[in-house]
Amino acid sequence: MFEIRIHSRGGQGGVTAARLLAMAALHDGKYATACPFYGAERRGAPIVSFVLIDDKPIKVYSQIRQPDMVVVLDESVMDVVDVLHGLRKGGRIFLNSPVNKEFAGFECKNVDLTGIALRENLVVAGSPILNTPVLGALAKMGVITADSAKKAIREMLSDEHNVKAAEAAYKEMSA
Amino acid sequence: MKKIATGNKAVAEAVMQAAPTVVAAYPITPQTEIVEQIAEFVTSGRMPAKYIAVESEHSAMAACIGASITGVRTFTATSSHGLLYMHEMTNWAAGARLPIVMANVNRSLGPGWNIWAEHTDALQERDTGWLQVYVSTVQEAYDATLMAFRIAEHHDVLLPVMVNLDGFLLSHIMQPVDTVELGDFIPPIHLPYAIDPKHPAGYGTLTGPDQQFKFRWEIERSMRDSVKVIEETEKDFAKRFGRKYGFTEDYRCEDADVIVIAMGTLGKEAEVAVDLLRNEGIKAGSMRIRWLRPFPKLDLKGKEVVVIDRDYSFGFGGIVAGEIRSKTGISLYSVIAGIGGQEVTYDDIAGFVRTRRIGEEFWFGVNAHV
Amino acid sequence: MLKCTSACAGCSDSLALRYVLKAAGPDTVMVVPACCTSVIQGIYPNTAFNVPVYNIAFGAAAACASGMSNAFRAAGKKTNVIAYAGDGGTLDIGIQAMSGAFERGTDFLYICYDNEAYGNTGMQRSGGTPMGAKTTTTPTGKTDAKKDIDMIIAAHDPPYMATACAAYPQDIFKKVQKALTFRGPTFLHILAPCPPGWRYPTEKSVEMGKLAVKTGMWVLYEREYGKVTIGPQSKAAMKKSLPLEDYLSPQGRFKGIDPQVVEILKQRIAKNFKRLTAEEEASA
Repeated sequence: MFEIRIHSRGGQGGVTAARLLAMAALHDGKYATACPFYGAERRGAPIVSFVLIDDKPIKVYSQIRQPDMVVVLDESVMDVVDVLHGLRKGGRIFLNSPVNKEFAGFECKNVDLTGIALRENLVVAGSPILNTPVLGALAKMGVITADSAKKAIREMLSDEHNVKAAEAAYKEMSA
Repeated sequence: MKKIATGNKAVAEAVMQAAPTVVAAYPITPQTEIVEQIAEFVTSGRMPAKYIAVESEHSAMAACIGASITGVRTFTATSSHGLLYMHEMTNWAAGARLPIVMANVNRSLGPGWNIWAEHTDALQERDTGWLQVYVSTVQEAYDATLMAFRIAEHHDVLLPVMVNLDGFLLSHIMQPVDTVELGDFIPPIHLPYAIDPKHPAGYGTLTGPDQQFKFRWEIERSMRDSVKVIEETEKDFAKRFGRKYGFTEDYRCEDADVIVIAMGTLGKEAEVAVDLLRNEGIKAGSMRIRWLRPFPKLDLKGKEVVVIDRDYSFGFGGIVAGEIRSKTGISLYSVIAGIGGQEVTYDDIAGFVRTRRIGEEFWFGVNAHV
Repeated sequence: MLKCTSACAGCSDSLALRYVLKAAGPDTVMVVPACCTSVIQGIYPNTAFNVPVYNIAFGAAAACASGMSNAFRAAGKKTNVIAYAGDGGTLDIGIQAMSGAFERGTDFLYICYDNEAYGNTGMQRSGGTPMGAKTTTTPTGKTDAKKDIDMIIAAHDPPYMATACAAYPQDIFKKVQKALTFRGPTFLHILAPCPPGWRYPTEKSVEMGKLAVKTGMWVLYEREYGKVTIGPQSKAAMKKSLPLEDYLSPQGRFKGIDPQVVEILKQRIAKNFKRLTAEEEASA
């Protein structure tokens, strides 16, 4: 089972990202569970959501403690939350950032999703939409296939800019 | 068609397909998404039902009762305090033999305000005459809701059915759900004693000590008859749609020495614990109780049993453990875990099995053998 | 309504019921919460009603009727749905469900027959009990005023509402017929004198009801789309009312009533007259 933890702030679309990721995994012929962690959720407060992907039906409902991958949609969360907490040895990190960071023992990739969202005019209520471009980045990292990512986005959102943003993120990610 | 949905959305989808004529409901966390989705289905014309946005759960059930007795299909959904608030009317619905279907999103009871999963809400409804099923996946929430209508409305049953799903753990998580082409799986409703001004009758009039027990016995008789109806319905469901269900879901039980029993998502997570324990050489199995009413026949002879209760009856013990003890006469290890959404992992469950002390009770997190 | 109900001797509710059902006709279903009318129907397997009666829990009449009305309308049926509840089931335990049903525009007629206490449990005080009246839970007389449910209903702005009194059965007949011509929620509040509860001889129910109107303790009026019309009997009482004592003294429940309370009741009558007259003039 592949376990992903997504860090974001309330209102940034972390929950939708988890849903899209689960949909894409389903299109890849896999099983998936997306769990938004519901607390006293407030706009702007740090939140986490989880995605589990497996070839077999998923039976786990408890929170992930040792994720295989951590996705950080908002770098500023790292000032207040230990995003590496429990990350498995050799685990992978995706960072929404124009600059990459080094984390000893982990593999980290980055793309400037915010920049892509702004370029594609994906802004809702003043906030750039990150949950669709992030799928492109995760496809590049091999979590899901690019075709399934696009299919999932199109199923949920009619604005084709979302697909373009995902494609841009896919291209921009360093090898 | 396969899609990703929350447990709540899956229930709403099933309700839309079952097409009740009247839905009367009051919102409560974590059930809200069910009624929001149904209201959306009704408003957008995808569901030709009357949606009555009542002012309380007591009125939700009363309105379902008033609608149901005219012979139409009805549905409501609630959770926790909402269920407690309608308790008077849940008794009425069963006593009046009305096949109302209700989804209950299991949630803890106040005080304090806790919106997380617990089964005590529904277990306080055990003795009302409602059939109760507890589900463990989004798919099962959908499937069980569809089957609930057929079971409730069957003439050998004519009792209300409550579909229980764990708050947040199931109501709000997203999983794949394969929706079905319903066809004639749920026959049109026919209530033999529906109200009809052409045939005036008194419903629920004064009833003396020489009669009341007969009505109560009739409820029990139908509850017993419902066993066969449930089996037939689940069999037909499997034949048509390929997914099998039973009174319990047994996992690696045949050759097991020790069996973990739980309900809802804990019962599913227990299967992961069983695999862990098997790898350690412990012959474990999991038996997830799906139907609590009517209570299943459990074959636990020669097994050690660990029961996890996400509920409690103060001054007595874990409620499911008590039910199993009284029905089978066995001694078991009673674990109280998951109250108010307390996190319980498969590692924890495996731990309960490893350190089991048959005949004792253990409150997880309180760290004391009682 | 058939003969041989199990009502008390002299029960004015059974008189009112006879006219309500006559006016409503056969395509009618009654929803009755716990109250004297639950008893009047008779004991299973018998019923004295010639229309279906759905008995429901104490606080649930309006909600149950609301579900029923919606189901009938969804099936294209015009069947009259009448919730028939006492003052306890209306002013007290049932007020939330009733308010909700009115707010939702439920197509039904809600009738409150008001005997000013919990009758079938042996006369405990209710929100409808007038000040000064003795009940088993106000043994020295109620110290609080009667709740004005009509004002509360009026605040929901139903298309039609009216008061009536069991002593004027033809007036009940007309008002029920009229109420059932409206779509949406309508309300009828019937004063129902109660011989054992009010402690007067059984043959005096009609007289008691008439005295209530003639002294001004009970005012007959209609409110149609907000327009108030005071009934001729109450108009007459407003011109010249009988002394309140004529109404109070024959009733055991007011025996030994404090003269100061009588004064308060009189002030309330005067205030009521004044308010309704002003409303009638303003809406004319």
